[in-house]
Amino acid sequence: MDHPGLPQLIIILIYLGLLLALGLFSSRLFKGTKEDYQVASHSIGPFLLLMSIFGTTMTAFALVGSSGEAFREGVGVYGMLASSSGIVHSLCFFLIGVKVWKLARRHKYTTQIEFFRDRLDSDFVGYLMFPILVGLVIPYLLIGVISGGAVIQSLTGGLAPDLPMFQVFDAEGNANPALHGGVPPWLGSMVICVVVLVYVFFGGMRGTTWANTFQTLVFMILGVVTFFVIANKLGGQESLLDNLKTLANSVPEDKVTRSAMSKTKFFTYLFIPLSVGMFPHLFQHWMTAKSSHAFKLPVVCHPFFIMIVWVPCVLVGIWATGLPADMHLPANPNTILPFLVKTQTGPILGGFLAAGILAAIMSSLDSQFLCIGTIFNNDVVTHLAGKDRFSDRQQVMFTRLFIIGIVAITYFLSLGNVRSVFALGVWCFSGFSALFPIVVAALYWRGLSAAGAISGVFAAITSWCILFYQGTKVPMEQGGLSKFVLELPIGGESYELMPVVAMMLSSTVTMILVSLVTPRPSEEKLAKFFG
Amino acid sequence: MKASKSRGPLIIAVLVLLLLILHQDNWFWTDATLVFGFIPIALFWHACISLAAVATWFLATRIAWPLSDDVEDHEGGA
Repeated sequence: MDHPGLPQLIIILIYLGLLLALGLFSSRLFKGTKEDYQVASHSIGPFLLLMSIFGTTMTAFALVGSSGEAFREGVGVYGMLASSSGIVHSLCFFLIGVKVWKLARRHKYTTQIEFFRDRLDSDFVGYLMFPILVGLVIPYLLIGVISGGAVIQSLTGGLAPDLPMFQVFDAEGNANPALHGGVPPWLGSMVICVVVLVYVFFGGMRGTTWANTFQTLVFMILGVVTFFVIANKLGGQESLLDNLKTLANSVPEDKVTRSAMSKTKFFTYLFIPLSVGMFPHLFQHWMTAKSSHAFKLPVVCHPFFIMIVWVPCVLVGIWATGLPADMHLPANPNTILPFLVKTQTGPILGGFLAAGILAAIMSSLDSQFLCIGTIFNNDVVTHLAGKDRFSDRQQVMFTRLFIIGIVAITYFLSLGNVRSVFALGVWCFSGFSALFPIVVAALYWRGLSAAGAISGVFAAITSWCILFYQGTKVPMEQGGLSKFVLELPIGGESYELMPVVAMMLSSTVTMILVSLVTPRPSEEKLAKFFG
Repeated sequence: MKASKSRGPLIIAVLVLLLLILHQDNWFWTDATLVFGFIPIALFWHACISLAAVATWFLATRIAWPLSDDVEDHEGGA
């Protein structure tokens, strides 16, 4: 067990084995129907709904990225990304989740596209949204698959330095001390994909929900434990409070304030979490709720759960900025947390943390794979062939086959360019946010016409493409795509805005203007939704 | 209770707006104070915003829940 990387690998394998067992066990409760496979027969109660929704919305970024961003930007990242999500995510569950749940139960929808097609009385809106939603989910999937491989490699470093495929050398031909001998990313990512595929394939939504609940508990508990262990090790004092004070006092002033952060950029980041209102995988999770009352616990507890995960990670991130130079911190901020775990704690906690990070990653991947399989079956195959053409059993088979296909495609795409995919993360969220006005109008505005919604979607995607193209012109030394902001000059001063503001503005204005001059759906149709 | 139920959505809308305003805490932007000696005040303030969001959404489930029990039964819920 003293062999470098071995304890971590064993813990990771045990954890993945537990997940497989959970998925296979849940498949024994499978009733064989499409409804059971895709939405667990609408049987999920408050606790499982809370855990599965939280696990789905939190990715690897919650643990690794939060500490990395805090290391780079300081404490401001909590307000920019976490407290804002606490307000806005619950607002989306409250305003959109409950309402679509009611409509979906009444009219038997499982996917967003089924809802939009019926609400707008337009087939085209479905064909338009299908590639856009799938196209926006795929980069999100890639982030998870790539992060999974990278985490396994960094935490099993030193495992098999003699195996050629495990070796990592830098440009000068020297072994990379952090990664050399670790499980190569292509293998780690493949294992993650296979494990998620197995429990989603056999367990469907019930397996996914159970696995999400288990994984959410794992990453929340391990995040907090890691925080206390690192604080006590780095502080070097007698008591926990003294350690916390010592570490906080060592942080440079610009990291405990937001002196280097733009106030308008901070404000406009509020629009990014609106993306959850249009996540197709979250929509499908909402459909699993047993009753509307099941939403109450997620609505109330979501901000608290975000706080439990993010506050410790942000503190660890800023502490790292005050550490002495001879600790040789890694250049990549996203590896700060794994680095501190590896150097400040034992291999056992390192293994558990790896399991925690993988839990955060896989609890998003599973829902996304299942959702894309469901969209392909319900909105393309069944929609084109006719609802009565295929039996439930055949539709479950189609959903499973599409899941295998999307897992394979995602895996092969993950072997490509890594850097550009990470930069796509915030852009894919911005794309979903740009579509947010469409779902709000569909639920609350009788005047929304099919042409208005379609124009709004086109405006969202066109503005996304234009701004993305502008973003690609930002040199990598200045942060590339992920650092692109709009500059708003007012009174001789220039204010930074997130690109999502322009995207949302263009989709909203276009949607309203076109809806005002085009016929809305029939009164009979509107009565179905607003009666 | 009936009066608070009918005004519930308005109360929640005002509270959410207030949370969003308090979220833009320009007054702590360059303040390096450490609360309890270890939490930067900007982080402390936003953790309090998270807790205030919990309280607001708890209130929303009590006075502004969008579906009544009758609708729930009609839709086939538990």
